[in-house]
Amino acid sequence: MGALTLGRLALLAGLAGVLLAPWHGMEDAAALAAWPRAEAAPLAALLADGERWWMWPAVGLLALAALPLVRGRMAGGLVAACGAAILAIVFLQGQAIGLRGLAWPALAPLLGTPAPQPALGWGGALVLAAAAGLIASGLAQRGRFGGDAFIAFLVVGSAGLLLLFVFVPLLTILSAAAIEDGRLAPGALAARLAAHEAWSLACVTTHQGCGVVWNTLLLACLAAAASTLIGLAFALLSARGGVRAQPAFRAMTILPLITPPFVVSLALIVLFGRTGLVTTAMWDWFGIPRSRWIYGLPGVLLAQVLAQAPIAFVLLEGAVRAIGPSLEEAAATMGARHFVVFRTVTWPLLRPALAACLLLGFVESLSDFGNPLVLGGDFDVLSTRIFFAIAGARHEPGRAAALALLLLALTFGAFALQALWLGRRRYTTVTGKGDSGVPAPLPRGLRISCGAVAWPWMGFTATVYGIILVGGFVHDIGRGDMAFTWRHILTGFEVEWRDGIAFRGSAWDSLFTTLEVAAISAPLTAGLGILLAWLLARQSFPGRGALEFMAMLSFAIPGTVVGVSYIMAFNEPPVELTGTALILVVCFVFRNLPVGVRGGIAALAQIDKSLDEASATMGGGAVQTLRRVVLPLLRPAIVAALAFSFVHAMTAVSAVIFLVSARHNLATVYIVGRVEAGEMALAIAYCTVLILVMLAVVLGIERIVGRAQLGRRPAPLRAGA
Amino acid sequence: MTDAAIRFERVTKAFGVVRAVDDLTFDLPRGALVTLLGPSGCGKTTTLRLVAGLELPTEGRIEIEGGDVTRLAAAERRIAMVFQSYALFPHMTVLENVSYGLVVGGARRQSAEGEAQAMLKTLGLEGLGARLPAELSGGQQQRVAVARALVLRPKVLLFDEPLSNLDARLRRRVREDIRDLQKRLGLSVVYVTHDQQEALAVSDLLVVMRDGRIAQKGTPTELYDDPADAFVADFMGEANVLEGEVLASDGGMGRIAVGGAVLEAPMRAHPAGRASLAVRPEAIRLVSAEQGAGLPGRVQRAAFLGQTREYEVATEAGMLFVVTPAAAPAWEEGAEVLCRMERVIPLRT
Ligand SMILES: Nc1ncnc2c1ncn2[C@@H]1O[C@H](COP(=O)(O)OP(=O)(O)OP(=O)(O)O)[C@@H](O)[C@H]1O
Ligand SMILES: [Mg+2]
Repeated sequence: MGALTLGRLALLAGLAGVLLAPWHGMEDAAALAAWPRAEAAPLAALLADGERWWMWPAVGLLALAALPLVRGRMAGGLVAACGAAILAIVFLQGQAIGLRGLAWPALAPLLGTPAPQPALGWGGALVLAAAAGLIASGLAQRGRFGGDAFIAFLVVGSAGLLLLFVFVPLLTILSAAAIEDGRLAPGALAARLAAHEAWSLACVTTHQGCGVVWNTLLLACLAAAASTLIGLAFALLSARGGVRAQPAFRAMTILPLITPPFVVSLALIVLFGRTGLVTTAMWDWFGIPRSRWIYGLPGVLLAQVLAQAPIAFVLLEGAVRAIGPSLEEAAATMGARHFVVFRTVTWPLLRPALAACLLLGFVESLSDFGNPLVLGGDFDVLSTRIFFAIAGARHEPGRAAALALLLLALTFGAFALQALWLGRRRYTTVTGKGDSGVPAPLPRGLRISCGAVAWPWMGFTATVYGIILVGGFVHDIGRGDMAFTWRHILTGFEVEWRDGIAFRGSAWDSLFTTLEVAAISAPLTAGLGILLAWLLARQSFPGRGALEFMAMLSFAIPGTVVGVSYIMAFNEPPVELTGTALILVVCFVFRNLPVGVRGGIAALAQIDKSLDEASATMGGGAVQTLRRVVLPLLRPAIVAALAFSFVHAMTAVSAVIFLVSARHNLATVYIVGRVEAGEMALAIAYCTVLILVMLAVVLGIERIVGRAQLGRRPAPLRAGA
Repeated sequence: MTDAAIRFERVTKAFGVVRAVDDLTFDLPRGALVTLLGPSGCGKTTTLRLVAGLELPTEGRIEIEGGDVTRLAAAERRIAMVFQSYALFPHMTVLENVSYGLVVGGARRQSAEGEAQAMLKTLGLEGLGARLPAELSGGQQQRVAVARALVLRPKVLLFDEPLSNLDARLRRRVREDIRDLQKRLGLSVVYVTHDQQEALAVSDLLVVMRDGRIAQKGTPTELYDDPADAFVADFMGEANVLEGEVLASDGGMGRIAVGGAVLEAPMRAHPAGRASLAVRPEAIRLVSAEQGAGLPGRVQRAAFLGQTREYEVATEAGMLFVVTPAAAPAWEEGAEVLCRMERVIPLRT
């Protein structure tokens, strides 16, 4: 795309933003009726009334940039500078003049006492997009980004979005932790970070609970160790144990991916709660008294391990299979016995994968929110404590922010550790040479102990998911009343035919919102993710490293932290999104983005770069190359990104629990609410429906988008020799 | 000036500290097949990519047919490139591949496919239009890549080691095909290879590169018979390099002293004095020790290769590698012989 074309498009967007779109309104359809007056007034109308006079310079700059663009003689530097200045003016005036009038007293001599103004609306968004377009077009005209305006716009636009929706929230939470009573207070920050509630060691000496940091760390370490051990047992059995139970193994790996994370907790309560099935049986048969042991560390740990062990299994199985049998055969020909081979060759080669697996389990446990919320009882961890600091009786954003910082520090610490560990030792066991030996079988003792771990666990997992399947269709599974009923399904999903269809069930609203938000955010995530991957993998431009860092950053931020930071950052003008459905979409897009980017980069690595270059030498610009060559070849990665972001948007709870509103509730949050209200059966019934919907959608996506075979025979993507 | 298809003026391309192309200046004529030749890593591919616009030079200026293209994007240069891997789009049929450039250039699909069909026919690929690249043989894929490049009527056609994916027999045929086509259509072609046989066989002009610079430029015969230095001499085929002294040389017969013997041999004019002298293995004739003048030596190794015989002969001037036609007299290992030079190349370094 030429720089001039982009510049003109940006100009059009800018004009629309000034003349047509409501300057402030975001989504209230009722207010639109007032257009072009009152709440739906575009900037032009406001300016004509003498309001928002401080926006005149921005309009002037737009006109200034328009001159060369209309005449067709580009002046790149000028256009880019105008764009940057417009961007700055729009944001600064929004910060300076907020809901309570002038927020920056220092500007009083310049601005006087302006009337309060609400947040930016679609008009503002369009003008900002136009400014980004002008910057990109100007830079491209100056020969940056290989002179390609499309790439320039992608880079500028995605960098802007990432700054706004990943970086700014982080900064906000950082500063919120250091602010008390509206003033900067480093002392308060220090006090909050070192708070007794976080670091107390009371549990060592007394019967009181320990600080949440210790709780979180203890839970994370136990969960990581247990899930890795169980995963390893499965992996060894599956890859080396000679067992024929692959379908069962596969099912076990897929189920956790499509279940909301806290569903397992519900099943555990049904089994082990005070009136649970197992608890009752124990009381009836052995006289073991009923207790609430499941609420606390044991329950949360069990739930997290149930969710994490299958992922550990997948990781470790890959690692075990990647160990070339020839290494083990070599050791065996040198006279080593089975167990010695395992101890001296197999085990050391597995260690990096084990470390990665431990760290992943650790991080997952840190960021888990649903299970501690449902099962934690008095056992608080950071993520739940953050939630209650915001949503509890006392609203303490400063404390929440400080706790969020602690959680963030733990997560980053884990990732840094992983980077260090992986940086120093990386064993390549996949050599590319055909390695067609027979894998060494497991030593007998090891096989028996693996089996002793794996088979009972498999049975346990099956029971848990069985409970979910059955629980929605019986009277009261929580008390062992197993008579069949449609009651719970009807409560949630009743449909009535009376003058057309009426969705009377109490769950319909949240289900529809969830589907809508997931359906909107999935293509956005996949699209933006793949484009970013293409930019990062195929284009070279200044600031590529920074862009990659920002795109991947949200991967390391726990959902709870994201949620808190979003309500802090987007609760006030100039960007006010809380309470809208848009904030849910935005949250999902930027949280799931890293997975799309990674998938895209991995897929692009398989596609020879000379295909892009061939297209370029034949006259294909960036847009054409992307549309005709890259995207068709990336189709599998796109499908994966779509399915992943859809499923995650439907199962996520930690971040969005802060962001939902009465009007826009989500299924997972609704279910958590049912659990807290004690309506266990309805919650379980809803989970069943959710799982079925996800299965259907994922299979559907695969059918519609995924039937993209590269021709009748699989075509080898030739790599440059 | 405008009869140069490609002109490089002091072009440098640096990747970090590596100067892949270093202050390169040359003119390549129109309508000729020019080959860039050199050892691995000498900057051939980088030079080609600079012409194509896939890399932009760090310094210097590039012209194509008289127009400055230094800052022009690849898509706007009207050059075409045939990649080593062919880079055929695996998800498109042969016909779609060949008409791709026309379609993205804004042509109507029908007329584009018409032209593509015609080009396929020119290259003997009719009937394969509906296949996918994966359903073609290596040689066919290569021709599709050429068709795809030619259909855009490029100013210059670039080949980066186009034959390296083919087996030996096919290489010979395909390189003849490329040469025929280039002559028939009067194309300006730049061709990269590190196989000197291939280069000698097809080129009008050879450019030998070394460490990002030009070592020597000339016709195949010039480079073979008259290499400027030991590097080019060695690269253009085997050469024995001897240290000796030029006694007299006026452009016809010259007299040289090597290894204690004084020989007469055809050579170009060279000032008298010490010099490095290159002798091609097939330019040495072995005669029996009784036959008078020559550099005496003893056959150390002898091998029969069918069409030729190869010897290693130990002399005062060092070990000589000698190739003789199979029809010439054969020598046993250990035989005492005299070496006569039929052409000696004084090197300039
Ligand atoms: N993208 C790059 N980044 C860094 N260095 C590069 C890059 N491309 C090439 N080089 C370096 O530039 C030098 C020349 O590379 P080039 O690919 O032009 O060699 P070549 O002559 O084509 O070699 P070959 O015959 O092996 O293909 C090499 O030292 C190479 O390592
Ligand atoms: Mg090369």
